[in-house]
Amino acid sequence: MAKDEFREFRLVGTRPDRPDGLDKVTGRARYGADISAPGMLWGAVVRSPHAHARIVKIDTSKAEALSGVKAVVTRADFPTGLTGDEWDLQENTMAGDKALYDGHAVAAVAATSKLRAEEAARLIEVEYEVLPHVIDVDDAIKPDAPVIREGAADATVPEGMPPNVVRYFEHGRGDLDAGFAEADLVRENTYRTEATHQGYIEPHACLGQLGEDGKGEMWVCTQGHWFIRKMCADVLGLEKSQLRVTPSEIGGGFGGKTTIFMEPLSLALSRKAGGRPVKIVMSRSEVLRATGPTASASMDVKIGMKKDGTLTAGRAEFRMQGGAFWGAPVDMALDCAFAAYKLPAVMHIGYDVLANRPKAAAYRAPGSPMAACAVESLIDEMCRELGLDPMEVRLKNAVREGDRSSYGPKFKSIGLVETLEATKAHPNFSAPLGPNQGRGIASGFWFNHGGETSVTIALSEDGTVTVSAGTPDIGGSRASIALMTAETLGIPYENVRVNIVETGALGVNEPTHGSRATFATGKAAVEAANAAIKEMCRRAAVEWGIDPEAVEWVDGAAQPAGPNAGKFPPMSIAEIAGNMGSTGGPISGHHEGNLGGVGASFGCHVVDVEVDPETGRTTILRYLVVQDAGRAIHPAYVEGQYQGGAAQGIGWALNEGYVYGEDGRLQNSVFLDYRVPVASDLPMIDTVIVEVPNPGHPFGVRGVGETGITPPLPAIANAIHAATGARLRHLPMNPPSVLAAIKAVKGG
Amino acid sequence: MSKIHVTTTVNGDSVEFLADPRETLLDCLRDHLDLTGTKEGCGTGDCGACSVTLDGTLVCSCLVLGIEAEGREIGTIEGLAQGHELHPLQRKFIEHAALQCGFCTPGFLVAAKALLDKNPNPTETEVRYWLAGNLCRCTGYDKIVRAVMDAAEEMRKEAV
Repeated sequence: MAKDEFREFRLVGTRPDRPDGLDKVTGRARYGADISAPGMLWGAVVRSPHAHARIVKIDTSKAEALSGVKAVVTRADFPTGLTGDEWDLQENTMAGDKALYDGHAVAAVAATSKLRAEEAARLIEVEYEVLPHVIDVDDAIKPDAPVIREGAADATVPEGMPPNVVRYFEHGRGDLDAGFAEADLVRENTYRTEATHQGYIEPHACLGQLGEDGKGEMWVCTQGHWFIRKMCADVLGLEKSQLRVTPSEIGGGFGGKTTIFMEPLSLALSRKAGGRPVKIVMSRSEVLRATGPTASASMDVKIGMKKDGTLTAGRAEFRMQGGAFWGAPVDMALDCAFAAYKLPAVMHIGYDVLANRPKAAAYRAPGSPMAACAVESLIDEMCRELGLDPMEVRLKNAVREGDRSSYGPKFKSIGLVETLEATKAHPNFSAPLGPNQGRGIASGFWFNHGGETSVTIALSEDGTVTVSAGTPDIGGSRASIALMTAETLGIPYENVRVNIVETGALGVNEPTHGSRATFATGKAAVEAANAAIKEMCRRAAVEWGIDPEAVEWVDGAAQPAGPNAGKFPPMSIAEIAGNMGSTGGPISGHHEGNLGGVGASFGCHVVDVEVDPETGRTTILRYLVVQDAGRAIHPAYVEGQYQGGAAQGIGWALNEGYVYGEDGRLQNSVFLDYRVPVASDLPMIDTVIVEVPNPGHPFGVRGVGETGITPPLPAIANAIHAATGARLRHLPMNPPSVLAAIKAVKGG
Repeated sequence: MSKIHVTTTVNGDSVEFLADPRETLLDCLRDHLDLTGTKEGCGTGDCGACSVTLDGTLVCSCLVLGIEAEGREIGTIEGLAQGHELHPLQRKFIEHAALQCGFCTPGFLVAAKALLDKNPNPTETEVRYWLAGNLCRCTGYDKIVRAVMDAAEEMRKEAV
């Protein structure tokens, strides 16, 4: 679709009720923990209380002697010889020689009731030899830090690096020295963000069954059941096709449910318990100690700016720990850092560092919020110093279509300038402020993703349509997929049912991640609908005795294309479907591929805060999210993504963060202490949907899920600076740290 | 531990179950009565996903023992609609797109109904503070608060 092409759609852009709404407001929708099976056992997991310890001995005899206990597994029950990512997954599923973090699984039991399983877990005796541990990334990167694992570094790490550095990144372009020399102001600061958890309200839950014959089934809450299938099969040495995985409804994921945690344990327990199905539901404390979180970061950023606001050079050096395994999103953080800016010279350096923490999982735009926190804060600080308007500086340096991005490729159609202009035009941008109040702005970026996708649509006998999709519906994607399918077929929205189907029903689908469900599954559904239309036109052509090329599809019916094709009344989808048994059999459309054509999404946030000078407490007065959606298929759920991303970013900025004791144990592993924003913490979150269509999607979709979490961190830091004169460069900006910063400014 | 026989009323129906004295009301609703609409998000009374009413009072069912339900009246999400007729809050949650993943939704609906039973004309601030015991990680609460306000307005009009 051309960027300037304006099309009116019948359904795309409307706000119908979501197809799964009724199930979800009545309590009927079935999530991970809501399924039981005949003969079912309950599983419970024994977890390390130490941050780093050698496992000397595991005595399971007392647990095994308990009536009702049907299986106990340790690492000895898993295949050996795995390497690379597969070994990492297995090691994280169940500790081997060492427990690597507080909460690391060391054994698991299955018993006839939940209480019995928990009782048995308490009877398993594990003897540990406690080892020195390291938690903070800046400590972990020291040459003399406790070594998490020898030989874990990959080929990118040069000789002589500290032992916990496992990946190293260095890339850039342009003459950095010349860029800084050309600047009127060069500033460099260090910024730190803490690890936060995705905080989905539904704890991980699964029901797994595996027989001696290697055939198994699983019901699980996940963002991607093919990923679950592959990872479980790898970890347990199974054939992938023998494991059938059905996704439940999913109670939030934000990236945290794209990998495995206790899922292989349920299968291993089931196999040992004679194939009886085993259900495992994590407690919140297990979720916080052993799943998810994102990386913590320590970041040096250096920027050169001219007096008129022109940026001349940027350098980012990021250190991130993603737990006891490689995988901190340093690479993506670096790529996002300067993505919003035209820069003649840029340099990125990154270290992925091991620490005694749980294995990091993806969290909404992995790496981008941290990078934005550093870069967008420094830009704001420099604008203040030079007396420049931070919005005008962003506009002056904004990337446009055809510009080379800071991370390499040239940008295709993007909507950053349109987003910034729309922000300027919004009343929040010029609302009056009172004492102790301040306004902050910041931009954000995410690449978005297409990826492996397989979709089938099938005609029913009455002309209604089912779509078989493989991306779990985490925030209303059934509605958007149904809208696009119905729009393409020319039929009512209500005549489309979207089913999220199990692994046996389609080719491999990547998870609902990378803001890809509406983009990629939607694109494949449109192509599948077009394939079905082609077949329906062929059936009509045969019926009419004319060339299939002479039939076109208009408003849900086949009709002769022009007067020369012949004179026949339109043949509706219902007629074609009603006769399909006698005209050649079932009619389906299928599309699959590794889908490209992704369009990046930029956003800009404006936040007004009031800071209580007595307590340091920050209140969010107003919040505005402006973001390029490409095309909003269902605008209400696009707004929902913007609002939800902003709320998570606000939590990250002001309050959330993993707190570890000297002993390396997580101290805030319940929601009372790991406090996410509640309704009374937030105002209404205003939104503007900018639509610069993505030419790589039939309706112009970009993907909207992730960008929204990136600007809040720096936008709030910038607003607090405006309100108090104090600059906070270490998240979270909770009342004690804000108060201390205010006192430091007054004292100085 | 031997189980205890409990007789109670759930959504107007008299029910019986055998509870281990250690089991929460939430466990009993879900595992013994198959009422899985009530969710467990934390087990510590911090997230509100397990909200039910006990003799008309809003409680976290993860903080109540199953055996405490003896002789009481319990209201759960499954009892909110009257047959096919949704409660206005349920309708408004769908209309306003006030749910994304939907996992916290039953708890929000039960809590919001308890608010409107008490206060049919709440301010936005009152809605926000009443619902501060219910965590939602998807929506940023904006559309939830709007849905509750809109449902309250509709219910007031109908009451006239």
